[in-house]
Amino acid sequence: MLTRRIIPCLDVKGGRVVKGKSFIRLQDAGDPVGLADFYYKEGADELVFLDITATPEGRDTMVDVVERISERVFMPLTVGGGLRNIGDMRRMLKAGADKVSINTAALRKPAIISEGAEKFGNQCIVVAIDAKRVGDGEVPRWEVYVSSGQEATGIDAVDWAKQAVELGAGEILLTSMDADGHKAGYDIELTRTISEAVTVPVIASGGAGTLRDLYQVLTEGKADAVLAASIFHYGTYSIAKTKQFLSDRGIPVRT
Amino acid sequence: MIAVVDYGAGNLRSVTNALAKLGYGMKITSRPDDILSAQAVILPGVGAAGDTMKSLEELGMVEPIRQFIAAGRPFLGICIGLQMLFTGTEEGGWHDCLGVLPGRVRRLPGGLKIPHMGWNQVKQKTAHPVFDGIPDEANFYFVHSYYAEPEDSSLVAGETEYGISFCSVVARGSLVATQFHPEKSGEYGLKMYDNFIRFALRAG
Repeated sequence: MLTRRIIPCLDVKGGRVVKGKSFIRLQDAGDPVGLADFYYKEGADELVFLDITATPEGRDTMVDVVERISERVFMPLTVGGGLRNIGDMRRMLKAGADKVSINTAALRKPAIISEGAEKFGNQCIVVAIDAKRVGDGEVPRWEVYVSSGQEATGIDAVDWAKQAVELGAGEILLTSMDADGHKAGYDIELTRTISEAVTVPVIASGGAGTLRDLYQVLTEGKADAVLAASIFHYGTYSIAKTKQFLSDRGIPVRT
Repeated sequence: MIAVVDYGAGNLRSVTNALAKLGYGMKITSRPDDILSAQAVILPGVGAAGDTMKSLEELGMVEPIRQFIAAGRPFLGICIGLQMLFTGTEEGGWHDCLGVLPGRVRRLPGGLKIPHMGWNQVKQKTAHPVFDGIPDEANFYFVHSYYAEPEDSSLVAGETEYGISFCSVVARGSLVATQFHPEKSGEYGLKMYDNFIRFALRAG
């Protein structure tokens, strides 16, 4: 049976991990290579790296970071943040990334999804969607935001998710902007709506505070994978404890 | 020499990183001559099977690979590299593949998320040296939308469930192929590469 994936997310700026200071076992919690290795040994199922530098020098640094990580860590790696075109995607994949995550560039020029899928295969192309709840009608709706959540697009998140998959996205990385950073649980309704609307796997992101939140989004939210940052980085829960919790409640996980 | 086939696509770097981690030297090659002089050949792959076949044809690799396998020499196919071994694939309309093994490559049934992406268990159906030290039902990392259906069920060395039970490991003598990515499957994945290469070097 396919197991549900537990995915720590690392924000990298200028080659350094931004969050995460409390690892006792790590000498340098800001070193992405060391942190990736730590999560690999802890049993994470996959890693996502978001490059939040978004300058040309930062990009070069990120390529180097991905190269060094892929030499040590034998698990799937997704890299996102500021990838603008096929050339940017190719560089990351050649450096050792298995998938690239595109957000703003995909919305501005959706053809990048189909071009990427054609060149590298659907399985390489993750479309990241930042969605924010709009209105207070009976039927919930979510609007897509881009440019790190700074810019509203007026586009419906469900429509965009479906279009992205039609164009060739192999996976959707879905972040609820309302839930993100609040540690009060994922947006279950958003995740379930998108997951039911598309045929590809959906990674739920934004809002993890407790292990019950992960359980809930994997069951009621119908997510195929869960992404979390702070609960892992600050050592609130280990990967092993997370998996034990989910496994005890009947969720298939890799142990 | 271990030859890793470079046909312009594929997840070459992950494969070479895994071999380097295990301490093996290798030659990344697009030259047909290197295939025939290799002790073992690894055909990695991600992407579409039709494109892969086209690339191999353009490089003049199809015949050398067929000959290499026909001679019973050690060959490891990964993901698309497994699918390529069969008669043909239904991906993007019918495309002929290497035709080393009878069978066809078909799309995974609907109703479940496609691609089949993530860690899933491999049930070992036969004892083969590539499984040495790897427990039955160990998890490996999969990402694919198509699967191979061998005509000869004795080729099926490993099986995995995803809506259906499909062939996730093929083994016949020195010919081994996996639908999953051992280079992305943690320690058991590395173990599988190590097993294959040890086996290949003994055979060669």
